Amino acid sequence: MAMNDDFNELNINDGDLNDSLNLWDKIKNIMRSKSIWMLHYCTGCGAIELPPTMTSRFDMERIGMAPMATPRQADVLLITGYLSVKTLRRVIYTYEQMMDPKYVVGFGSCTLNGGIYYDSYATINKLDYYMPVDLYIAGCMPRPEAVMNGFKKLMNMIKAGEANGWKRYQNHYEDYYKPNQIRSLGEVRVKDEFHE
Amino acid sequence: MSYLIGLLLLLIAFLWQLTLEGFQRKVTARVQRRVGPPWYQTFIDIFKAFSKSSISHGFIYDFGVIMALGGTMATVIFMPFAGIVAFDGLDTFFVIIYLLAIGSLGMAMSAVGSGNPWASIGVMRALTQMLGYELPFMIVVFGMIHVYGTSSISAIAEMQAGGFLDWHLFRMPLGAIVAFISVMGMLAKKPYDTPIAPAEIASGPLVEYGGKHIGMLMLQHEFAVFIEVGLFVHLFLGGGGIVAYIIKYAAVYLFATIISAVLGRFKVEQVVFNYYKVPLILAIIQTAIVIFTGLGVKIWL
Repeated sequence: MAMNDDFNELNINDGDLNDSLNLWDKIKNIMRSKSIWMLHYCTGCGAIELPPTMTSRFDMERIGMAPMATPRQADVLLITGYLSVKTLRRVIYTYEQMMDPKYVVGFGSCTLNGGIYYDSYATINKLDYYMPVDLYIAGCMPRPEAVMNGFKKLMNMIKAGEANGWKRYQNHYEDYYKPNQIRSLGEVRVKDEFHE
Repeated sequence: MSYLIGLLLLLIAFLWQLTLEGFQRKVTARVQRRVGPPWYQTFIDIFKAFSKSSISHGFIYDFGVIMALGGTMATVIFMPFAGIVAFDGLDTFFVIIYLLAIGSLGMAMSAVGSGNPWASIGVMRALTQMLGYELPFMIVVFGMIHVYGTSSISAIAEMQAGGFLDWHLFRMPLGAIVAFISVMGMLAKKPYDTPIAPAEIASGPLVEYGGKHIGMLMLQHEFAVFIEVGLFVHLFLGGGGIVAYIIKYAAVYLFATIISAVLGRFKVEQVVFNYYKVPLILAIIQTAIVIFTGLGVKIWL
């Protein structure tokens, strides 16, 4: 977006999030790395790379990954492509509905730096300003081999306790993520149509 | 002593059904020419679900989940497993069907308590489907109970002792077909997975559950499968010792899996019409044969 210059350039990665893990935490991390339920938010062209990854050709289920229907049940949120400002709002709602050890994977260059839409007025450039991304998969778009490779890398990160973007989101929500979200969206308002 | 045996039954149900669930995912994968997850994947899934955080939507939401899991675990205690009966004389068909409803009702209450419209649609579909499969199944089983004069499940299993030609699968073939189709509906296997359609109504009653809640509901589902397949094995395949029972159980469950791996999904009115057309007529014919002619009970070989 045009307002990319006045983003708040706080270095949020220097905080010590790697707490010392006891044995029980290590067991939990191993189990979490072997059973990943994913929610794919199909915004861009990355959506078409996921069906071959899930089905018989590359068979994601053999490493314990399964698609889930709703954000409450999911562990990992896949952002598959560019995000317009309107869909960013929905992605933030979706991310905040997920249960707590939760991970985000950004697909392709669109989530990294805007990709071929870097100068559009309607898309955001860098997803990391708005929500903590644990892993990027390079490519435009990444092929299923690259996607599987990225998932193995994510599993190793979870097992080592390095995928702690959800802790970063909790610690730096007030001073980093929320101001950035408000700057791009105007306001962050949760509209609860059912209870109104 | 009875309580210890009940706890033993719960442990057996947990270990055996979760292992078989892993094999079931493997079999589905092989039918679709995939490799599939390792056989212990379900244990990891449930452990991980319990290790996550979870949120509440109110008292009814939490209480319903616990009621569903507790009611189903109470039913497992009354269910005989390969001749192991915890409470002698209480393993009757009526006790099991009555207690099994607590699980479904708790889940329905909790899902509606979450306030999500998809959950209400899913619960509506689940109760409609229950209306469909219960009627043919009950007609067949009540005919059996009428002619034997007992509703004890282990007693009905003992009636079929002897060679395999004494099983009700061969004595009452129409009834066995009807009961198997009903069991497919109870297990929510593929043509009858209308209540939990993931791509259509976002997994129905499970839509708002995450973390520990979905772990408990997965456990509840596994215990319910243990009871439903166990009912079929006892009533139509004659129970048996531990090895025979395990083989029969696995055969029934994997046969249902293979059927479900290649089929699509019915709409909810198709489910009810499907149950009320052919299986209901077959059930009535089978019950009339058993009651009025005695073929298969008094007259057999």
